[in-house]
Amino acid sequence: MWNLRDKYCIAGIGSTEFSKASGRTVLDLASTACLAALDDAGVSPDEVDGIVSFHFNDSVPAIAVATQLGVPAVRYAVDTAGGGNAANLIVLQAVAAIEAGLAETVLCYRAMNGRSGFRLGGGRDMSAHGITQYTAPFGWITYPQAMAMWCRRHMIEYGTTAEQLGQVAITARANAVLNERAMQRLPMSMDDYLASRFIVDPFRLYDICLESDGACAVLVTRADRARDLRQRPVHIMGGAYGGGPNQGEDLFDALRWPDHSHNYARYIAADLWGKAGVGPADVDVAEIYDCFTYSVLMQLEGLGFCREGEGGPFVADGNIARDGPLPVNTHGGLLSEAYIHGFNHVIEAVSQLRGHAGARQVPDAEIALTTAGAMTCGSALVLRR
Amino acid sequence: MTYAKPLPVPDADSAHFWAGCRSHRLLLQRCRSCGTHRYPAGPVCPACRSRAVDWIEASGRATVFSWIVVRHPVPRDLYQDEVPYVVALVTLAEGPRMATNIIGCDPDAVTAGMAVEVVFREATAEIALPCFRPVLAGAR
Repeated sequence: MWNLRDKYCIAGIGSTEFSKASGRTVLDLASTACLAALDDAGVSPDEVDGIVSFHFNDSVPAIAVATQLGVPAVRYAVDTAGGGNAANLIVLQAVAAIEAGLAETVLCYRAMNGRSGFRLGGGRDMSAHGITQYTAPFGWITYPQAMAMWCRRHMIEYGTTAEQLGQVAITARANAVLNERAMQRLPMSMDDYLASRFIVDPFRLYDICLESDGACAVLVTRADRARDLRQRPVHIMGGAYGGGPNQGEDLFDALRWPDHSHNYARYIAADLWGKAGVGPADVDVAEIYDCFTYSVLMQLEGLGFCREGEGGPFVADGNIARDGPLPVNTHGGLLSEAYIHGFNHVIEAVSQLRGHAGARQVPDAEIALTTAGAMTCGSALVLRR
Repeated sequence: MTYAKPLPVPDADSAHFWAGCRSHRLLLQRCRSCGTHRYPAGPVCPACRSRAVDWIEASGRATVFSWIVVRHPVPRDLYQDEVPYVVALVTLAEGPRMATNIIGCDPDAVTAGMAVEVVFREATAEIALPCFRPVLAGAR
């Protein structure tokens, strides 16, 4: 039973530069983003007693970062093994830890050298043990290859077109043009999108997110405490994690998923909106996990912004443009800002709600959605200023 | 010549399946309690939680549920001579879904619902991979 609406806040945010080659260790990136989040909130590392992160065997443990920061006594430290599905879950873990009395002031971060170090998109376990023995021997190895299968299923079921997918990529890029932190800022037209080469049909190059070095961090604490800190607090109205039956044996595996034309989002929608006490029509800005273009369509549908199968026409009609009814991925998303595994979406949502988003600010944004995940499981938050 | 692409590593759950493939038989688990077929092989029936299982030989017939055409090889050295190739999810006549390759077919000719049948490709002396090819019109 969720009775925590607006009881917890994101009191600070921090990021590093996003790049292809940071020239820094992941420990450096993580520490830098965490210190930035603390400085933003006006909280000393001495006050931190909890730290959570998620990783894909490509990061540094939470206690390592706490050690770098000179945190005097960590009482709660968790490293969740996960993909983008976990990007909002770790914020909920922070809330749960505080509510349970395990900590008071919790840092959440994601840090990776995702381009110059371990490239998540480039492959996986080639030894074909466990569930991988049923996929990799067929040359089905990378995440773009995994998710193209889902995209195709949406096209089969609903007639989704390349131009509709392209609208997601173009919209993200138009926002990134206004974002000084974004890695891809050259304008992109539909012709540019359609002319990009097929990587794994139905995905063209521009259906696929970036690979990035960088880190993002947020500081979570009680609302009554956050009110006394440096920034205008952003309240956590509600959040949810999950998916349907047969979520698989790892993040790639979806062999037993009922139908790949929809993803986790439909399974968490009622839980999410019920906890937040608002619905899709109340959302002013949505930062939707976009490791690939199609995942935006499935989450728009699953969370009720449009009907099942109508994500393609919904985006083609301009609904997700920055000046449209539902601005989506105002920072440029994973497609054009950076791939910090969805945690950069949380940073952007908070920036928008504070009114600190500069040229890409959505006027009077009061309620924001962030989502994380593209396949069988994922997480989402509803935030308000 | 050494086979460099990923090879399945059979385990206690899957050994029977891969042994079947080696003799060109597509074997599936069927729950002895509720009759549900399952793939990939596993220790428990997710439908009724029974551990009792029989192995049956599947018909080898399936339909294409979804597919991709890999055009950019990853890792390059292993797949540059393979692209374009088709990976598909096929729905077996018995119910479960399998990941496989569609072979003997122009990659651009694959369609949703296309009828396919199993054909085994020898990878090594120990491993044969269950691939699928289109069922010729009129064939049965």
